Amino acid sequence: MALFATCVTDTLYPRTGQAVVKLLERLGCEVDFPAAQTCCGQMHYNTGYPRHAASLAADYERIFTEYDAVVAPSGSCVGMVREIYPKLLDSTRAAQRSHELSEFLVDVLGVTDVGAYFPHRVTYHPTCHSLRMLEVGDRPLRLLRAVRGLELVELPEADSCCGFGGTFAIKNADTSGAMLADKIKGVTETVAEVLTAGDNSCLMHIGGGLSRLRAGVNPVHLAEILSSTEEEPWQAVA
Amino acid sequence: MAGRGVTWLGTPTFPKAARTALADPQLRANLRNATTTIRGKRADAVAELPDWEPLRRAGEAIKDQVLGDLDTYLERLEAAVTARGGIVHWARDADEANEIVLRLTREAGAEEVVKVKSMATAEIGLNEALAEGGVRAVETDLAELIVQLGEDRPSHILVPAIHRNRAEIREIFRREMPDVPEDITDEPKELAEAARRHLRQKFLTAKVAVSGANFAVADSGSIVVVESEGNGRMCLTLPETLITVMGIEKVVPTWSDLEVFLQLLPRSSTAERMNPYTSIWTGVTPGDGPKNFHLVLLDNGRTDTLADEVGRQALRCIRCSACLNVCPVYERTGGAAYGSVYPGPIGAILTPQLLGEDVDKQARSLPYASSLCGACFEVCPVRIDIPEVLVHLRAQAVEAKNKTSPEAVAMSALAWAMGDARRWAATQRIAGIGRLLSRGGRISSLPWPGSKWTSSRDLPAPPKETFRAWWRRTRG
Repeated sequence: MALFATCVTDTLYPRTGQAVVKLLERLGCEVDFPAAQTCCGQMHYNTGYPRHAASLAADYERIFTEYDAVVAPSGSCVGMVREIYPKLLDSTRAAQRSHELSEFLVDVLGVTDVGAYFPHRVTYHPTCHSLRMLEVGDRPLRLLRAVRGLELVELPEADSCCGFGGTFAIKNADTSGAMLADKIKGVTETVAEVLTAGDNSCLMHIGGGLSRLRAGVNPVHLAEILSSTEEEPWQAVA
Repeated sequence: MAGRGVTWLGTPTFPKAARTALADPQLRANLRNATTTIRGKRADAVAELPDWEPLRRAGEAIKDQVLGDLDTYLERLEAAVTARGGIVHWARDADEANEIVLRLTREAGAEEVVKVKSMATAEIGLNEALAEGGVRAVETDLAELIVQLGEDRPSHILVPAIHRNRAEIREIFRREMPDVPEDITDEPKELAEAARRHLRQKFLTAKVAVSGANFAVADSGSIVVVESEGNGRMCLTLPETLITVMGIEKVVPTWSDLEVFLQLLPRSSTAERMNPYTSIWTGVTPGDGPKNFHLVLLDNGRTDTLADEVGRQALRCIRCSACLNVCPVYERTGGAAYGSVYPGPIGAILTPQLLGEDVDKQARSLPYASSLCGACFEVCPVRIDIPEVLVHLRAQAVEAKNKTSPEAVAMSALAWAMGDARRWAATQRIAGIGRLLSRGGRISSLPWPGSKWTSSRDLPAPPKETFRAWWRRTRG
């Protein structure tokens, strides 16, 4: 199987990519990272540049076509690959064998207890594309509930958008900021130490707001929680 | 022919108009309360039906069938209405429709018309056109009356005065209703009673009524209006002349098709199992109801919209407004920011399409007024994939734009860099220089356009080593 790291994780959150590798190898998978990969093209597609997106989609198909499965730590990028590529390409073999991490763990590997240990108070934001495009449902929550030491607290108005939306955060910065403020209010109400999600782009947005307010909540990708063990526990960035 | 009158001239582009609304805490509180309540109620009403998903698919299929063969169904409707003593008029745009209604009103010898709440007549600016012709139009829907008396603009498809609270409504009534009691309070019961007395006089004296239509049955020529207050039914039954202005996409083939929509619409819009008043009339009936019935079939950009294979699904819309109530953008900005009678997610795709070639900078900003969270598609009772159409319209806006705009150049450069792993790694190294801007692991201030991000949030400092560099170092 192949790891599709996604451009955001590759560039800004290498720890998430490393966590996926560690987790999947612990579960017995043989993980490859095809070096030719770059980006799924979602930003181009959603901003109104479908031709650029189609070119990146064709690259994706070519790069990942030989693998049995492709796993990405992003509901948003997998949503693009699986739901939008059929509108851009004739053949989407690789796209149809692509999975978001929690789907891959629960549906393909058939595990919910991945042997993780994470002794922290955690709240979970479902992210719009995981929720509505991929319909991952409670898979991430089932995985989190099986983590030893983890205290899971419900996020108020969890299913409302954090206001990221790619270039929306720039083009409609004020509206995006208002949505973010409400999301952060929900996060801080939980008094959680850690906010987790299956998408680093949403975590970058909410985390950026939490950081600005010095709110003291740590945004951590689901993969990093699931890869944490008693022998090698997760550590906050210094 | 383009959709004239759909937008309000002079409205700034969405990001700018939104700023005004976002700065109004009362407006945000009114909207948040209202949308949160109706969201919860709708979810409960929908959950009661075990066959909601098949119903949505049935609604989608019926509408698609009609849109695929619209001319046939409209001709069938015209023949049926005519056979039952009604008169059908065809209007290409707002001007033609307004002229027809004004002429018919004058022929009936009326200086005042009572109106049933209608999106189509709001779309064409009928009230203003009638006023120019010396005819007063009186809105009889309570919320629409509040908007009219307040010389305000509607901000919601179903609840046009959603942005007002009852203290504001009391002030409007005291100022604008000549017969309102001096000591009226802001109790809903008292306000409703004042409106009732005010309107009763209008119902009893009006010779002409103007309505819209929720549905029209092609086979029988029957027109359907659903409402909650009963004021619409007063208009539809009392005056001698009834003029209905209807968008051409409102036709359904048969009576049995209505069954689907009369389940989908009330649960989606007011979260009711059934709407309180459903009025259905077919031509004229001697001794009962209006003596003259006119049906104005309005195009106003609809056939142009129909020509777009992706965008045409917007014409399935039954104006339930469920998408407004779940939209996180609408919840914060309200309807006025959309600058049109059609606000919210459906407005963001309908307005630019109805305008067609007349689309301006303001309307072109609407498809970007969404984070593409998908909540609108999830609740739409006729399965309009609003995010898909938003993205489609963005691509059209890009096509119409200068290819050397900063955004277009940046997108091309990024696509080029992403088209090859070595170029991409080089780009990542350049991005890594962003570390120089960071303090304590975060970037709090960026030059434009990055400043739009850092105005309300930090960015993490890029790490020293990308994932691909780590992979090459440890596995390569």
